[in-house]
Amino acid sequence: MVGDFFAAVGDVLSNEVTYSSGWRLAVALGFVAVGEWIAERAGTINVSVEGAMLGGAFAAGIGYDASGSVSVGLLVGAAVGLLVGAVQAHFSHNLTADQFVVGLTLNILVLGLASFLNSSLKPETATAHVFEVPGLVEIPLLGPALFGQPWPLYLLYPLVPLAWWLVYRTRWGLEVRAVGENPQAADVSSIDVNARRRQAVYIAGITSGLGGGYLLLGQVGWYEDSIVGGQGFIAIAAVIFGGWTLRGAMFGCLLFGSANSFRLSLPGVGHPLNSELLSSLPFVLTICVMALFAHRTREPQSLARPFIRGLR
Amino acid sequence: MTAVDAAAGTGDMRYDRAREGATVLGIYVASIAVALLVAALVLWATGGSWTTVLSALLDGSLRRPGRWGDTIGEAIPLLLVALGTIVNSKAGLVNIGQEGQLFVGAALATYVATHIGISGPFVLLLMMLAGVVGGAVWAGIASVLRYQRRIPEVLTTLLLVFVAAQAVGYGLKNTDLLLDPTPDTGNRNLISDQLDTATRLPRVSWFGNEFPVSAFVALVLAILVALALAWTVVGFRLQMLGQGPRTAHRAGVSESRYGGLALVVSGAFCGLAGAFMFAGGDFGNYRLTPGFPVNIGWEGLLVALVARSHPLVAIPAAFVFAALRTGSGFLAATGVDRDITRVVQALLVLALLVPPAVLFVRDRRRALAAARDRV
Repeated sequence: MVGDFFAAVGDVLSNEVTYSSGWRLAVALGFVAVGEWIAERAGTINVSVEGAMLGGAFAAGIGYDASGSVSVGLLVGAAVGLLVGAVQAHFSHNLTADQFVVGLTLNILVLGLASFLNSSLKPETATAHVFEVPGLVEIPLLGPALFGQPWPLYLLYPLVPLAWWLVYRTRWGLEVRAVGENPQAADVSSIDVNARRRQAVYIAGITSGLGGGYLLLGQVGWYEDSIVGGQGFIAIAAVIFGGWTLRGAMFGCLLFGSANSFRLSLPGVGHPLNSELLSSLPFVLTICVMALFAHRTREPQSLARPFIRGLR
Repeated sequence: MTAVDAAAGTGDMRYDRAREGATVLGIYVASIAVALLVAALVLWATGGSWTTVLSALLDGSLRRPGRWGDTIGEAIPLLLVALGTIVNSKAGLVNIGQEGQLFVGAALATYVATHIGISGPFVLLLMMLAGVVGGAVWAGIASVLRYQRRIPEVLTTLLLVFVAAQAVGYGLKNTDLLLDPTPDTGNRNLISDQLDTATRLPRVSWFGNEFPVSAFVALVLAILVALALAWTVVGFRLQMLGQGPRTAHRAGVSESRYGGLALVVSGAFCGLAGAFMFAGGDFGNYRLTPGFPVNIGWEGLLVALVARSHPLVAIPAAFVFAALRTGSGFLAATGVDRDITRVVQALLVLALLVPPAVLFVRDRRRALAAARDRV
């Protein structure tokens, strides 16, 4: 059994396809995780990223179908992601409704709306063309995975350092982190706590919508209701798994993306392996990491606590 | 509600109360109207007409012969899940893993029923017990992690939903666990053995409408939960924990004991709902399949939200949500996709989140203004 497992892993690891499919799956998570990371640093566990991703994917399909351009599709996807984020933000940080309740309800709403509209609109879509970065694509094993992909994938490459710069090197980022750690202190320093939190959730909505658009136009190619299938939740798990650092979150995405591609490619190389185990790996690992290293990782101190002036 | 207390105080109290009540009612009516209007707009934009949709929904849930029995059948698990959710939210805990707890409960009940080798009412009782234990254990994991390792229960309950689905999926691939062992059935992938006829829940037949007897159990449990929360010491302590954790701590209410209890009870209700779904016959034809919970867990959570944590209000709320589910089956004939009912459900929940939040914000503004005037 164990020997079998290692033989399977060996076969998969020497296969170029594994790397590119793993990378593609990880990038889809990465888009969501970048925004979710900012939202969580500001103190919101934004469960609606799942819905924003699905809405983004569907809207990208409609946008592509109407205009025939992948860029327009991605823009429409990001806009719908922003819309979902805005509803979440205003319900949870303007009206102080419970953020999880709002997020889950939004997920159900978007899933219902998307499948309802899909039954009458049925967007015709295709995948974006592959762009090979000259030179870099020649790198053995990893080259095609990192630099020989449909072009929307490359959008994540500048997005990650941009998010880092935004959160760690700008005044806005400092305020966002302050709001996530100690909103009372931020409030008396004349920072508008709930406005910062809302803005962070907007960003999570935009990147999730973009991630959904990438998923449709850069990876899958056609819309179906199960296109997202819990990837938004996996991205949330990745952020927590990474201990609320950008590096850790991206590593989590890579790990969970690879686990997923393992699951998909193992039967292809002729090794049956427990696919249920691999599917539940992101969730089990996240729970274990939280249980074992909770004292070492430091979560934003007011994570998931609404801020109401005068109430602690 | 706090809105009423805040308004009372100066001037003609009775007049203020009446006006306050009218305002609260007005806000509720307005937000529900907006939600229904949005749903009608979505329908109109796709070329459907809301009158045909409404009449199809009513046909499918109430008017056609035998339909309201089906609606009751779907309302049972929704109500049970909602009752469990009410218990934990009264204690200030957020459980969003009902779907997983329900699935584990149903799977354990299936395991017991298909492996015990005998059948009859005694096995039925054992199945209920297995369901309760399954759901309670699944929520218990979150409870232990919450109070031993300080991991927010929201995250663990949510993550465990997906683990539950995979775990049951694994069970459905192995004959020693859940998979149907009879070799000569056609497509025997990922489906459990059918429940023996002697072990099924008896079904009541009223005016041509059939539903399992678990309906009465669910109703009795709703009343019991309402009584327990209102009149018992445990209920009082749970609510104290939810409304003022510091006060509860001072009063000697053990957070880990009562909070953990609330989560486990919540999971137990979901597990019982799963066992009833399996033994009742309205879901999956007495067989367990990978998609067995069909969103009952998520929607039960929504029922609890709509009922605003009142166990007795949950009864009509569960019936309305079940009616939307059974009614959606009749939408195909009108050419409107059945997913519109999901949109309506979610919009209703969002709409019902608004009024308490608006009233809360308004009351806080008033209180702040009053405090400022005093200075």
